[in-house]
Amino acid sequence: MLSISNVETFYGNIQALRGVNVKVNSGEIVSLIGSNGAGKSTLLMTISGVNKAATGEIKFDEKNIESLPPHDIVNLGISQVPEGRRIFSRLSVEDNLRLGASSNDKGKNFDNDVKDVYDLFPVLKDRLSQRGGTLSGGEQQMLAIGRALMAKPKMLLLDEPSLGIAPKLVNQIFVAIKNINKEKKVTIFLVEQNAKKALELADRGYVLVNGNVTLEGTGQDLLKNKDIQAAYLEGGGKK
Amino acid sequence: MEKKFLQTSIKDSLFTGLIALALFGPIVGLRTVAKNEVLEVHPKWFIVLIIVVVCAVGRFLTNLYVYNRDQKTGIQSSIGKSISNFLDTKGYQIALTAIIFSVIFPFLPFTDRYLMDIAIMMLTYIMLGWGLNIVIGLAGLLDLGYVAFYAVGAYSYALFAIHFGWSFWICLPIAGIFAAMFGVLLGFPVLRLRGDYLAIVTLAFGEMIRILLLNWYQLTKGPDGLTGIPRPSFFGLPFKSFPDEGEQTFHTFFGIEYDPMQRIIFLYYLILVLALITNLFTIKIRRLPIGRAWEALREDEIACKSLGVNPRNTKLTAFAIGAMFGGFAGSFFATRQAFISPESFTFIESAIIVAIVVLGGMGSQTGVVLATVFLIGLIEVFRDFESYRMIAFGGAMVLIMIFRPRGILATRKPTITLEKSSS
Repeated sequence: MLSISNVETFYGNIQALRGVNVKVNSGEIVSLIGSNGAGKSTLLMTISGVNKAATGEIKFDEKNIESLPPHDIVNLGISQVPEGRRIFSRLSVEDNLRLGASSNDKGKNFDNDVKDVYDLFPVLKDRLSQRGGTLSGGEQQMLAIGRALMAKPKMLLLDEPSLGIAPKLVNQIFVAIKNINKEKKVTIFLVEQNAKKALELADRGYVLVNGNVTLEGTGQDLLKNKDIQAAYLEGGGKK
Repeated sequence: MEKKFLQTSIKDSLFTGLIALALFGPIVGLRTVAKNEVLEVHPKWFIVLIIVVVCAVGRFLTNLYVYNRDQKTGIQSSIGKSISNFLDTKGYQIALTAIIFSVIFPFLPFTDRYLMDIAIMMLTYIMLGWGLNIVIGLAGLLDLGYVAFYAVGAYSYALFAIHFGWSFWICLPIAGIFAAMFGVLLGFPVLRLRGDYLAIVTLAFGEMIRILLLNWYQLTKGPDGLTGIPRPSFFGLPFKSFPDEGEQTFHTFFGIEYDPMQRIIFLYYLILVLALITNLFTIKIRRLPIGRAWEALREDEIACKSLGVNPRNTKLTAFAIGAMFGGFAGSFFATRQAFISPESFTFIESAIIVAIVVLGGMGSQTGVVLATVFLIGLIEVFRDFESYRMIAFGGAMVLIMIFRPRGILATRKPTITLEKSSS
């Protein structure tokens, strides 16, 4: 469904991605793990077109998307939940959700589409008129995911959904991600520092180190891998 | 604790006095007078002393009563707080009262020609403030050259009306379209700019338009300005005391006595309606996808991109629509004055409009009204004191910044507030 080949991305002179190859098949949950600064978020931003790849190819449903502007990529069916949630904090929860639908139907089917989001995260329904910034971190993450789903994506890019959230809510969010994948048939590409959770959830996983993919395999295989256990699961991965 | 606080505030206010001395010493204290063909310096140290004392004492008082977090002495706990509460909760009632008042205003017993002129001027600023609020308050694009669109509207109205003899109601939309086109013209090069850089470029744009008007003599008559701009008519009925043979005028048509106030009252309602249309438009568009996209863009551009909002179109429409209302206001200005020149479109106008939007509370429609009444009203009240009215203007700004730092009516409530410590 999504194939990324030899993608290199720069910030000025600094190279963040050094020829990344990743494949995501339809219906899968694929996790990408790596430490701070490995280039995980850059890869997501490059897929969604916010950052542009200097070289390489990104294909979505056999269509090259690496040179498209972000709003066209959203229209093709890739939605992103950006790192740190990026809720519009002074707009209401409802406005946040409506903005998520701005690409797909200009809000015509809002009432219908938003029901799916309420099913996943009932708490949002009670908070509709509240300002986004007044939600708790976990609720903001739910809102960010709900907002991205309003565009009715075929594929959802999630950037560190566990960042800065209470452990109890992290579990809830990961259950929701699984639901989105299994019930709504949305392909998931998940970027996480919380390697254990991400790999447990994933069908397949990739490890990104300094802008290079160093390992790939099924989620279970990667969990058992000695190197990964040493680097991501026993030390920093537990946070 | 209390003693230490007193000490620091005294130190702070002495320091403020020192700064005031450094600033006002040369500016106010050294006055040059031409005498016997030589320039003499006449020092005015007494006035400087007064200013320095006022600054130092003012600083001390604000330290003691405004910035003091202690509930008992802080002014926020008494009058200030009740006014703040009133403004925070009664925004809607204030707006409604203001609208009713402005509708009956021309027929109130104390209303005279002078008050009507001020009211018309205020309404023009309110309309400009509402127009600019779309760009600054909603889309978050700091535009310091808004007067350019006001000028484009005024000049396109004047030129079409003079050369083609078209009526106000035809020229008004044309002027709006022209201004909107200039808005897009400004919008394109600044798409990638934000914050200070955007402000500088828009400021330059405003100056460019003014200089263009000043130098394109064939079209704009340069510094001489355009004269003889047709006055607006009441749907084809002109306001004239002595109608030509067989001509219907406003007062003959309605069979009433001619009174010059009729035209003034008509102008008043014209700008009132134009301003209210601007307001209504803004309120409505906030609920539409494009308005929501403006506000989202103000909040977070990257999030907007990742949600499929097209930032280019969003910014351009904000510039264009904001400019369009500036153009409408410009046409009104031209038809009211019957004479326009580049003099009327200097940077200070942009600055006043920006001040109105910012001090009103960015994004707040009622705040724009309150700020206009406060700022323009103060300038008018102090009109007899000549140049001192600028001091009043500056003082008013300082007062708003001290007591309502987010604007008179802040729609942007802070998402997190610090609890006052109990110690």
